[in-house]
Amino acid sequence: MSRALHIDDGFIWLLRILAITVIALVVAVAYVLVTGSAEAWHQFGFSFLLGREWDPIMDSYGALPFIVGSLLTAFLALLVSIPFSLSIALYLGEFFQRGRLSAIFTSLVELLAGIPSVIYGFWALFYLVPVVRWLEDRLGLPPLGVGILSAAWILAIMIIPFSASIAREVIRMVPVGLKEAAYALGATHFEVVRDVILPVGRSGIFAGIMLSLGRALGETMAVTMVIGNSNYMPTSLFDPANTIASLVANEFAEADSSLYMSGLVELGLILFLMTGIINLGGRVVIRRLSK
Amino acid sequence: MKLATTISAHTRRRYLYDVLFRVLIFSLCALAILPLFFIFGFIFSKGASALDLEFLISLPKSIGEPGGGVLNAITGSVLLVALASLMALPLGVASGTYLSEYRGSKLSQVLGQAVEVLNGVPSIVIGLVAYELVVRPMGGFSALSGGIALGLMMIPVIARSTEETLRMLPPSLKEASLALGASYSATLLRVILPAGLSGIITGVLVSLARVAGETAPLLFTAFGNPFVNWDLSKPVSSLPSLIFNYAVSPYEDWHRLAWGSACVLLLGILGLNMLSRWLSRKWRWY
Repeated sequence: MSRALHIDDGFIWLLRILAITVIALVVAVAYVLVTGSAEAWHQFGFSFLLGREWDPIMDSYGALPFIVGSLLTAFLALLVSIPFSLSIALYLGEFFQRGRLSAIFTSLVELLAGIPSVIYGFWALFYLVPVVRWLEDRLGLPPLGVGILSAAWILAIMIIPFSASIAREVIRMVPVGLKEAAYALGATHFEVVRDVILPVGRSGIFAGIMLSLGRALGETMAVTMVIGNSNYMPTSLFDPANTIASLVANEFAEADSSLYMSGLVELGLILFLMTGIINLGGRVVIRRLSK
Repeated sequence: MKLATTISAHTRRRYLYDVLFRVLIFSLCALAILPLFFIFGFIFSKGASALDLEFLISLPKSIGEPGGGVLNAITGSVLLVALASLMALPLGVASGTYLSEYRGSKLSQVLGQAVEVLNGVPSIVIGLVAYELVVRPMGGFSALSGGIALGLMMIPVIARSTEETLRMLPPSLKEASLALGASYSATLLRVILPAGLSGIITGVLVSLARVAGETAPLLFTAFGNPFVNWDLSKPVSSLPSLIFNYAVSPYEDWHRLAWGSACVLLLGILGLNMLSRWLSRKWRWY
């Protein structure tokens, strides 16, 4: 009896230690980002955030072009993807909840979500970039093909399955009674969507959009491959640029001074904080809804 | 009579809107799925011509020489994913078990938050962290650091799926085992976890499929290697990073290798996903 209890004690402690290890790992993630960026922080302070120059040769670093690049591509992608992801969510969450067509469509969307980022980028490099280049040629712009527009385009395609799956969850949370009441009053599908589902699911859909934004900000490979990797402040949608993620992906392995590295780690910290805050906000709203 | 016609016109307009709306939704859905067919068509049509036995069992040749394969990347990916699983399996399953068994306890709440944070960390940031934690102290790029980076990404997926699976189990299962006099550890290890096995394995396979395609965390951890390497302290190549390097290169021969690798990678990921679905259907006890 007492031996079994000892084993139990040991077992519970083992479980606890493994759980604490995971917590410690997460703390370590934040810790190394802070310590790694300390040098750049001491050197530049807040001017790092607002600086427009990124010049490794002069060892002078400012993050603004990349913060702008990240926000611009992510918001643009979000804007493009919303009608599509809402449509998928309505299709699967309201119009065709069951049945063969719905099952096929669900697995297609899951397939789209499973394609690795680097393969999206590879495809975009050979298919989307020429299309954008053709467009630029018609508009009389330098036909680069790579740039913010291409990056936002592939990003939009990539986040559709993600935001659609959240929106579908939210749409399914709308109380059946409300919908049935509206149908009983003679409302059409369209009217139920417009007057019941969207207003009731509003905050949840907004939370889903926030989570998708967090996802889009962190996307690295596909964006890196088609954004053109320019370290200047973008002035138009056709300009090549860099996001925080794409800059780190491109330059970190070649960073030769410790200040340069530290600056890149600080960018990583900024990205970590941005996505962290956005995710937290979104999760809080969703959790409140599901109660 | 006049009233009746106005109502019917109004109703007709409402039904027209409804039909238009359905058509709109349906066509937007179709448009959203279209890239899937383009991408698969692109990868498989270009990649299939590159695939043969030589592609799978030989190393990349230097530019200008025809042929060559991606054995270094295939073995590298296998090594990295195995390392990641070795790290993430115990930590993930234990965290998931803890989350479901000690719901509401302080530690469990903190753990839940930690798992959620880890799940949201962008992959490139995971790469930076693995660099600072492993590459810098070890003094160079290594397979070990790449495996740890991927492992960090697997933990939250495994923890969440384990937690959700165990929560679905009927409480009577545990009560029956304890009532028969089984110890708590025996109940967990020999009743609860086996009953949830299919869900846990599904989660593991899904997380494997996810990290097998990750490139960003490997850029400055596993780095890349033109040769087959099994030494944990040396850099290794992987399929996704090889695709990245070769896709952005200007050489036609290298593009061919990238297409073939993308084909192999996609097939692998599809296989893992299908396996996980089949298992979760076949082994569903609860």
